[in-house]
Amino acid sequence: MTQVQTNTSRTRKNTPQKSWRVVDIVVAAVLAAVCAVVFWAWANLLYPVATTAAVAYPPATGMIGGGWLIAGSLGALIIRKPGAAIFCELLAAVLEGFLGTHFGWTVIISGLVQGAAVEIVFLLTRYRKFGLAVAAAGGALAGLFMGVSENIMYNFEWALDQQVVYASLTTLSGAIIAGVLMWLVTRALQKTGVLNGLASGAARR
Amino acid sequence: MSSHVAVEQRGAEVVLTDFGWHYPGREQPSLSAVSARIRPGERVMLLGPSGAGKSTLLQAMAGVEQDPDGESRSGDLTVNGLDPRDARGSVGFMHQDPETQVILARVGDDVAFGLENLAVPREQIWPRVGAALAEVGLDLPLDHSTTALSGGQKQRLALAGTMAMHPQLLLLDEPTASVDEQGAVELRDAVDRVVAMAGTTLIVVEHRVGLWESVVDRVIVLDDHGSIAFDGPTKDVLVDARELLQKQGTWVPDWTPHTRPAPARDAQAAPLLETRGLAASRTQPNSRVVARRRRRGRKAWAKGRPVETDVFGNGNAIPAAANINLTVRAGQALAITGQNGAGKSTLALTLAGLLLPCAGTVLATEALAGDAPADPSLWEGSELITRIGSVFQHPEHQFLCSTVRAELEYGPLQAARHGAGPGVNEERIDSLLRRLDLEDIADANPFTLSGGQKRRLSVATVLASAPEVLILDEPTFGQDAETWRELVTMLVEEMERGTAVVAVTHDRELIKALNAVEMRLGA
Amino acid sequence: MSVTTIGDTARFSPVGRSNAVVKLLGALLITAVLVVSADPVTSGIALLGQLILLSAAGQKPLRLLLTLWPITVAALISGWGTAMLSPEGGTVLLNLGWITVTTGSLAAGAAIALRGLAIALPGITVLLTTDPTDLADGLAQTLRLPERFVLASLAALRLVEVMVKEWSVLASARRARGAGNDRGPVGMTKEFGGQAFTLLVQSLRRATRLAMTMEARGFGAGKRTWARVPSYSRVDLYTGGAAVLIAVGAIAVSMLMGTHRFIWQ
Repeated sequence: MTQVQTNTSRTRKNTPQKSWRVVDIVVAAVLAAVCAVVFWAWANLLYPVATTAAVAYPPATGMIGGGWLIAGSLGALIIRKPGAAIFCELLAAVLEGFLGTHFGWTVIISGLVQGAAVEIVFLLTRYRKFGLAVAAAGGALAGLFMGVSENIMYNFEWALDQQVVYASLTTLSGAIIAGVLMWLVTRALQKTGVLNGLASGAARR
Repeated sequence: MSSHVAVEQRGAEVVLTDFGWHYPGREQPSLSAVSARIRPGERVMLLGPSGAGKSTLLQAMAGVEQDPDGESRSGDLTVNGLDPRDARGSVGFMHQDPETQVILARVGDDVAFGLENLAVPREQIWPRVGAALAEVGLDLPLDHSTTALSGGQKQRLALAGTMAMHPQLLLLDEPTASVDEQGAVELRDAVDRVVAMAGTTLIVVEHRVGLWESVVDRVIVLDDHGSIAFDGPTKDVLVDARELLQKQGTWVPDWTPHTRPAPARDAQAAPLLETRGLAASRTQPNSRVVARRRRRGRKAWAKGRPVETDVFGNGNAIPAAANINLTVRAGQALAITGQNGAGKSTLALTLAGLLLPCAGTVLATEALAGDAPADPSLWEGSELITRIGSVFQHPEHQFLCSTVRAELEYGPLQAARHGAGPGVNEERIDSLLRRLDLEDIADANPFTLSGGQKRRLSVATVLASAPEVLILDEPTFGQDAETWRELVTMLVEEMERGTAVVAVTHDRELIKALNAVEMRLGA
Repeated sequence: MSVTTIGDTARFSPVGRSNAVVKLLGALLITAVLVVSADPVTSGIALLGQLILLSAAGQKPLRLLLTLWPITVAALISGWGTAMLSPEGGTVLLNLGWITVTTGSLAAGAAIALRGLAIALPGITVLLTTDPTDLADGLAQTLRLPERFVLASLAALRLVEVMVKEWSVLASARRARGAGNDRGPVGMTKEFGGQAFTLLVQSLRRATRLAMTMEARGFGAGKRTWARVPSYSRVDLYTGGAAVLIAVGAIAVSMLMGTHRFIWQ
């Protein structure tokens, strides 16, 4: 039997591995799935609040927009491989569409755009830094991309100042929920030991 | 049965030379200087205390172990002269969790998965899939949903998926640990059959020695340090190592750990909980409806009015168990038994006030309810934990804090905040830590504990609030004999104190040890 | 909302029997046209076309819109939001201080609602009529997406059902410990976070075990074969043709009528 990919899992050196092992891929996929389920439960819990906000003052919904973005930043923080943010965010967006209510294929665009935002930030650190500031920046950029892309795709009839309010709120929400909060979650996960065997678990030792 | 697709295959030879494994950051190595030669076609059972590195050894043989920094292993391990990581495909490996042993949604696809990965030509795949399913005795259509299978069937499906690859070495890591008795026997028989047919070398790690005794011809016992303590023919080792195995907590045949005798049965003991015409269902109204019902129910109760019961709408909930009339008595044990799917766990949750009954009632007597309503499903969290303690099947589902000690303090703190208790009693917490042997790990993160420790902690967290009724779902399932003994001792002590114990269980020994009245569902 | 329970008739209809990739590409084409178009004529024609296609798939379109009421409601809400925030002028219909609705903004809102509904439908259609396994076969073999990622996603999708069940078990398990007592927003958010964290831990454990299972079955070890090839037939020609017709037809008719407008115009 020929070995093509698996030999990456047996590298002895402690340098950051750029290529994806089986465990990285499967964990990333399951991570996207669990983010979709959590988002689904979150949307159920907030349904009355979110609907009220959408009826009273639509840009206010941007405040909870960060909930959409958790998969990308959690993927990057836990898997620590190039492409993790895009893969997790894209798959989570599609699955959220499956579970959720406004399923349209535009989720593919959203997933790619938002995942790419997080990816850009971690790429700039060359996948070496996974601290609080980087996580917050990733979340903020994802929030900004989200706000702007939704303004272009859906909110184009809104007055410009309302579009600005919306994008500012998604940016803030992204920085807090997808950035700071997911960094804290990653740290708590490291303590449970479930990340052992992944780059983020090994980094703690 | 599978002769038309049989290929030339024999068992693999496994050679271990001073093999060791030391995880970074741990004090003790998991395995040290293990040397053994396992001949082609031999059938070996690997025993040892929990945490002795049995799973690590199997994973290393399968080439799937997680070596975080690449420096955990020492010595040599070969399968047919090759590093196991280069012998993948010739080594089959199964672990204990049925849910993650299944990969795909359709039975046929799941078995075909490994063959596709080995790049077997398409025209050979489906005949091999059919043969493998027949060998393990799974007579199901290829497009049957894998989600609909029982735990035991899932394990046999995994066996089919593994054997379809025609491995020369089959490694089983506690394959029956999450499977009921009947499923375990069926799985063992299937393993016996397929291994005999193909001449595969077999290494199985198990804690149910009696189940596998007749299938294996050699037993290797590891000691606390991960070295080989005994190695020889099954019959001899099971006699020679019996004492060590008992001490390690292995379930050797015809032996139950000695425990303190439980209080005698007393049909007149004070009743605490009673059900009338109870029907329990997994289908529940959504959480907002439940919360509203609790709010309204408490208001009605405060004013002495009847509590609204029909919140299910159209009555379309399908009961898992129906027409249940039972009484839970102080200081007595009640065992709820029955087949898988008979609704045992659902009944326990309904009894504990965690699910709403879809018909009939659960009522706490005055002795239990005190100043709270008689219907446990109306209780606030703090009222609940000081009256009924529920221990779920998976301990981790009930962990709320980041240290063991904080877990134990959580319940009392919660109760005190709502004026339902005196707060944290450090003495009681310390004594619980001591009794359950959790003292040394009081500051550890609960998720990092071993299986037995997690089980003991989950019972302890509930006991910390001193409830008068304990409801446990399969408390001894998959536990080693030592944890079993500690659990039973603890439950008996609670019963002596007047606590009622309700256990959903398959475990005959537990029922005997608790002197429990048995209630069989779906008979 | 359970989409799968109403999907059985749809799955055996002509649309249901079409190849998953054809359906996906068709749905993406319709979506793309709708996303770039802002005018109600394009959306209206695309919506109508899709409803006709769904009737051919054995669905009663109006009943479907009722069953999937949250989507209809969401479309209406986004329409309302636009009516409120659009700067379009015209006769003032409603003035509540910060909310001003004019004839112009109301028209814009109606167009947005129509468009939202039309965008949601291609998703529903594919979801109702497609088995994820077939879609994965197509994605990996026909569209040549990276197979390891496609298969891992398919395996993860199977776990979604397990997770949704576990979510409700977690709620009871935590109540049994006395958690979730506080009804206020802070208490509820904290409890939600705790429950989500436990689900995350369980899922990550599951993921590592699943990876081990897949690796032990030779996953990711090199070139693989496929037990099944996606099949294409005459039905795909019809379904694909219908999708193209809807997408191109909608934009063409709107352009001919002179009503078409891109979102950036």
